[in-house]
Amino acid sequence: MRDKTRGASLPLGRALLWIAVALGAAVMLFPFLWTVITSITPQGNLSGGPSLFVKDPTLSAYAELFESIPVGRIVANSLAIAVASTLLQLVTGSMAAYAFSRLAFKGKQFVFGCYLATLMIPLQVLVAPLFMMLTRMHLNDTYFALLAPNIASAFGIFLLKQAVDGVPKELDEAARLDGAGHLRIFGRVVVPLVKPAMAALTVFAFMESWNSFLWPLVVIRSPELMTLPLGLSYLQGQFTTDWNIVMAGSVVSILPIVVVYLFAQKHIIAGMAHTGLK
Amino acid sequence: MTDTARKAGRRRAALKNALWVLVFLAPSAVPLLVFKLAPMFASAWVSLHKWNMISPMEWVGLGNYADLLTSGNTWEVFSHTLLYILGYLPLVYAGGLLIAVALNQKLKARGFLRAAYFVPVVTSWVAVALVWQWLLNPSNGLVNHLLGLVGLPQPGWWTDPTWAIPSVILASAWKDLGFVMVILLAGLQAIPQEIQEAATVDGAGRWRRFWSVTFPLLSPSTFFVVVISLINGFQVFDQVYVMTGGGPSGASQVAVGRIYDLAFRYGEAGTASALSWILFAVILAVTAVQMRGQKKWVNYA
Repeated sequence: MRDKTRGASLPLGRALLWIAVALGAAVMLFPFLWTVITSITPQGNLSGGPSLFVKDPTLSAYAELFESIPVGRIVANSLAIAVASTLLQLVTGSMAAYAFSRLAFKGKQFVFGCYLATLMIPLQVLVAPLFMMLTRMHLNDTYFALLAPNIASAFGIFLLKQAVDGVPKELDEAARLDGAGHLRIFGRVVVPLVKPAMAALTVFAFMESWNSFLWPLVVIRSPELMTLPLGLSYLQGQFTTDWNIVMAGSVVSILPIVVVYLFAQKHIIAGMAHTGLK
Repeated sequence: MTDTARKAGRRRAALKNALWVLVFLAPSAVPLLVFKLAPMFASAWVSLHKWNMISPMEWVGLGNYADLLTSGNTWEVFSHTLLYILGYLPLVYAGGLLIAVALNQKLKARGFLRAAYFVPVVTSWVAVALVWQWLLNPSNGLVNHLLGLVGLPQPGWWTDPTWAIPSVILASAWKDLGFVMVILLAGLQAIPQEIQEAATVDGAGRWRRFWSVTFPLLSPSTFFVVVISLINGFQVFDQVYVMTGGGPSGASQVAVGRIYDLAFRYGEAGTASALSWILFAVILAVTAVQMRGQKKWVNYA
């Protein structure tokens, strides 16, 4: 990355600045460390006041966590739903982006406007009627209910359309002269060239699904269909004072996404900076 | 080729094109129509009825809206939401700006530091809210322990009506700091270096250069942060639900929390839908005002 402002001119000033920023970063990361520390502290030691150095560290909180909720199942649910909704959004999104960018049809502007309108409706406007609709279809409390609002995302379509618009049309023409139809042009020419945008959408879609709470809270009743945020919230209700168990649950929930983040860090930060979506 | 044959050929081509449009659009159009647009219209319809989601709907016209607008509870949840935004936005913006400016300098391990500030952004709200509930635990939480060590008063945080919203603000600012930092960093890097150099040649000091050159040129990013933060701020829910549950005794109940309670606790789907439309209207109005007002203070290069 290029530097646009000049660094502190004095070595001392820069050292002080570095210390301040590093201290800030330590403060930012400390709650995570504290979560891990609490999760390996024996229950009896928690009320005695906080301590950084754990006397008799134990994994008993994790054992209790695995006994009280089906952790493996819950993690698998979260993972399956996140992967499924990400794949669905990539497929439906790239296809719609191709249609809006490359096909000519009547009412295109209007249809695209309708797509964008769905982007502006907050989820809370939809929860009650969507819940009722799924109840009538006997689809509540199913994996499908968790997926339903995330099969296609107008945000993803918008993001990918901008990327497809950036692919030179001459490339389509060249492929068409070689006898390629829409499917071939889409799969062989356009999709490979918008991979960065698809990578950004992958990250957003995965994070959103992995972390979503309000919708699962509304449609899921069965413990075996719970996703991680639901499981955690349930845990909080069960163990109001057993902070070591609740923190063990938080560690299990935070760890996978942080690992994914560390691997995909560059894409995530660049993607965020460009689109500014949370 | 005869005229009719040409026409038929054109018709076949048009049909083929329509078929392709269908193939490429249907996979997204059907789910968006069924799971977004249809429930949106349904919600508007439901908001005009009294309905407990079990017995048949009863038409009340704009009654739900009238009830909500005259109920003290509505004003209360909106004032809590507003209080949250008023605390959260300045905190997260000032903090994010400070770190963005610092991390825009050539510092050692800059990439690592940026990544560290960003970690909370990717974690789930529920997990993070639980961690903060524990940190801010009034009796044996870490924060009160540290405050006690230096002899400062130890508030009751999320168990105290006065401190419940500040607790949520603190946790939210911590979580979103990295997000604001990234947006502002991108903005800082888009400012042409020549402008900074020209200001230096003109004899402007570091401080002056920041306030009269960098900060105004950063205004598009600032604007973006403010718009997004307000939209998200009005929809605050997860962290409140987990940290305070809207309590104690409703002291931190926010608009979305109230919508959830109305629909799924009290079975008042009509009122809940009406409130969700009022919230939507407020967000839309606030965003529209900002879009209009931006000409006065946002500099687009």
